[in-house]
Amino acid sequence: MASSSTNPAAARMRSPLGRALGLGSAKEGVEHWWMQRITSIALVPLSLWFVASVVALLGADYETFVAWIGSPVPAILMILLIIAAFYHSALGVRVVIEDYVHGEGWKTAALIVQNLIHFALGVAGVFAVMRVAFGG
Amino acid sequence: MAQVDRPLSPHIQVYRPQLTTVLSISNRATGIGLSIGTILLVYWLVAAATGPDAFERAQSFIGSWLGILLLLGWSFSLFWHLAMGIRHLAWDTGWGLDIETTYTTGWIAVGGAVVLTVIAWIAGFIIWAHT
Repeated sequence: MASSSTNPAAARMRSPLGRALGLGSAKEGVEHWWMQRITSIALVPLSLWFVASVVALLGADYETFVAWIGSPVPAILMILLIIAAFYHSALGVRVVIEDYVHGEGWKTAALIVQNLIHFALGVAGVFAVMRVAFGG
Repeated sequence: MAQVDRPLSPHIQVYRPQLTTVLSISNRATGIGLSIGTILLVYWLVAAATGPDAFERAQSFIGSWLGILLLLGWSFSLFWHLAMGIRHLAWDTGWGLDIETTYTTGWIAVGGAVVLTVIAWIAGFIIWAHT
């Protein structure tokens, strides 16, 4: 007996919705690509600001550093940098795992672990900046 | 081995490296390096949030030969990934996709990454010497 996919008559009887179902989302297919671009655009000025700041702060003591990161503009820029960098990193590492980790089990496990690590490190970074800024 | 009458993709191990392919994989490699490097950034910030002693320990680690080596690799990776990333953003607009331009922008990106790294470290040493 021919299956419905190889039977031309049966294929004609399937509705457009039926043919599209299960093939993946028609709305979020470019989400990964798009967010990778948005975060990269944000990271161009943010990373240059970050390197310039770190260079300017070389040899700074604790008080100087805390006063700097605790003031509004550096604190906001640092939090934006952390969010953009970890989002960008999570998207990038995801593709690397998808390309190089073979076997569905290991791949899924690696993707879950990388997401959790990125989220945890991002939250830790944002919390650290806010704690200094709000004088925890 | 059976003959196949269709063009086959050359295997990576017998394929001569070109600027375009080398820069492509190097962008991924530096990206992975930066992902790992963010651990150092978070450690630095959490140390500052913890207190003066923890921050002092973080600073002395960053100031050690291992810390400076990590920072050197981290800063070079950042500028490299940044330069390659800007090249990618230009491609996304549809610009510069012909072979000649990919070579030109490739070398510009390599030069930019090296120059920015050198400038950052010279500035760093000047500021370091004044503290």
